[in-house]
Amino acid sequence: MNELRELYQEVILDHGRNPRNFRRIEDADGEAKGDNPLCGDRVHVFVKLNGAGGLGDVAFQGRGCAISTASASMMTELLKGRSEAEARRLFDVFHAVCTDEAFDPLDVPEEFGDEADRLQVMAGVRQFPMRVKCATLPWHTFAAALDGKATATTE
Amino acid sequence: MSPDSTPTLRPNYDVLAIRRDFPILAREVFGKPLVYLDTGASAQKPRQVIRAMTQVMEETYSNVHRGVHFLSQACTDQFEAARETVARFINAPEADEIVWTRGATEALNLVAATWGRANVGPGDRIVISTLEHHSNIVPWQLLRDETGAELAVIPVDDAGEVDLDAYAALLDDGRAKLVSVTHVSNSIGTVLPIGQMARMAHEKGALFMVDGCQAAPHMPVDVQELGVDFYCFSGHKTYGPTGIGALWGRKALLDAMPPYQGGGEMIAHVTFEKSTFKAAPHKFEAGTPAIVEAVGLGAALDYIEAVGRDAILAHETDVAEYARERLAAVPGVRIVGHARERGAIVSFTMDRAHPHDIGTIIDRAGVAVRAGHHCAFPVMERFDVGATARASFGLYNMKSEVDRLVEALDEVAEIFGR
Repeated sequence: MNELRELYQEVILDHGRNPRNFRRIEDADGEAKGDNPLCGDRVHVFVKLNGAGGLGDVAFQGRGCAISTASASMMTELLKGRSEAEARRLFDVFHAVCTDEAFDPLDVPEEFGDEADRLQVMAGVRQFPMRVKCATLPWHTFAAALDGKATATTE
Repeated sequence: MSPDSTPTLRPNYDVLAIRRDFPILAREVFGKPLVYLDTGASAQKPRQVIRAMTQVMEETYSNVHRGVHFLSQACTDQFEAARETVARFINAPEADEIVWTRGATEALNLVAATWGRANVGPGDRIVISTLEHHSNIVPWQLLRDETGAELAVIPVDDAGEVDLDAYAALLDDGRAKLVSVTHVSNSIGTVLPIGQMARMAHEKGALFMVDGCQAAPHMPVDVQELGVDFYCFSGHKTYGPTGIGALWGRKALLDAMPPYQGGGEMIAHVTFEKSTFKAAPHKFEAGTPAIVEAVGLGAALDYIEAVGRDAILAHETDVAEYARERLAAVPGVRIVGHARERGAIVSFTMDRAHPHDIGTIIDRAGVAVRAGHHCAFPVMERFDVGATARASFGLYNMKSEVDRLVEALDEVAEIFGR
């Protein structure tokens, strides 16, 4: 039961129930749809750049489980105001949180110290290999939106 | 039937004795006794099947229909005996009308690729239903795109029953060449009125094919009484191995159909100028077949027959109806699909928890259900759910396992709120 409680922490349940930035961005500079063919979950990520080439706004819509919805919601909060390069490095940190048993928040570059602490709540998925894709789908979709691809998939 | 296929059975359906035939049911998952409620995705295997497959490999194995030696004959006899078992199992008139396939998916693709290409053209119509598994949708889409035919879909009502008036309208102008529908919906359990639908199709000149994956392991199937033209099912859902399935077709249809794949086994004579083909079913079976798996499937069907198909239907219905009743009483649970005729499948959602989260949480209590779209996206769309959790029952399930499922859902409510 402990592993379940670690997966479904209050922060995740809260983001799952009340996702932040759950909306379209009509004049988005980039957007992509991601789907997980395994479970049918879908996420649509929108990116709006600011004048300086950074991420002015990031939002999403879609239908998915608590893990994927919470992951998308937290992602939009963490990415706002970042440069593109920072956003990609943050994706790497997130990926390590979700998949690397040896991941230690202390090893994260100082620039992401606070973010790594916040992302640490997703570490529970490591005990549920079938659910890692739920957590990473929004980030893959965000990366596809940055790269100008229309779609992302977990397959 | 071989003595090895005889299940240890008592007259009053001794489910505990049946469970002892399935070694995997004795295992634990996360320290809890396994509750396997995912038979609709794939059924567990009884010792009788495992033994039959081992016996072939240890004692009689060789290639079939090729050698003059002792083993080739012995193995061919077993392989062809399994074909006869399949014919008996669905009451096909002749064993030569049974084509081995890798599963129901390949059977559907085979009919689309051979009968379809030879008989379907621009303006013709193929009719399926909203309830189909993707394997009974995509082969017809491919055929449609290749031939210029039209693919039409019979709608279902809110209970999940097919709309027979809309079906009649799709047949009315006589353009429908083939109707291909599932016998039992894999996602919400609806049993379709196959006999009536086949008569309606024939009156308007269309052939009728049935995907019997969820029916063959669950209820008596008699293709002659149903009056259909093609019927198929998968081995692994009927307590047999993966990689094997069967297609039945009326002899005249099979004889007139072009071959499927080319290769050995299916030819009568080959020169570089031209090849001639064997008669059905062999002309559809290029290459060395799944010999061990075919024998395993034969043993699985013998096992089902020995337990008794009426008895299985009665038992599974009892357990599944109990599950509907108990699940409906859980706060926040919504059961998807309320057809009057239904199989041993219960699909549901919970107000606050996504089916994936339900699946993960109850898995830790040892309860295995399917969570997702069940390879039936159109059904999910029709009932406006992204996914459902699905409990599907087999001949070995018990009401006490339904209780374990309901208890496990309490933990879901605990985490996600009531």
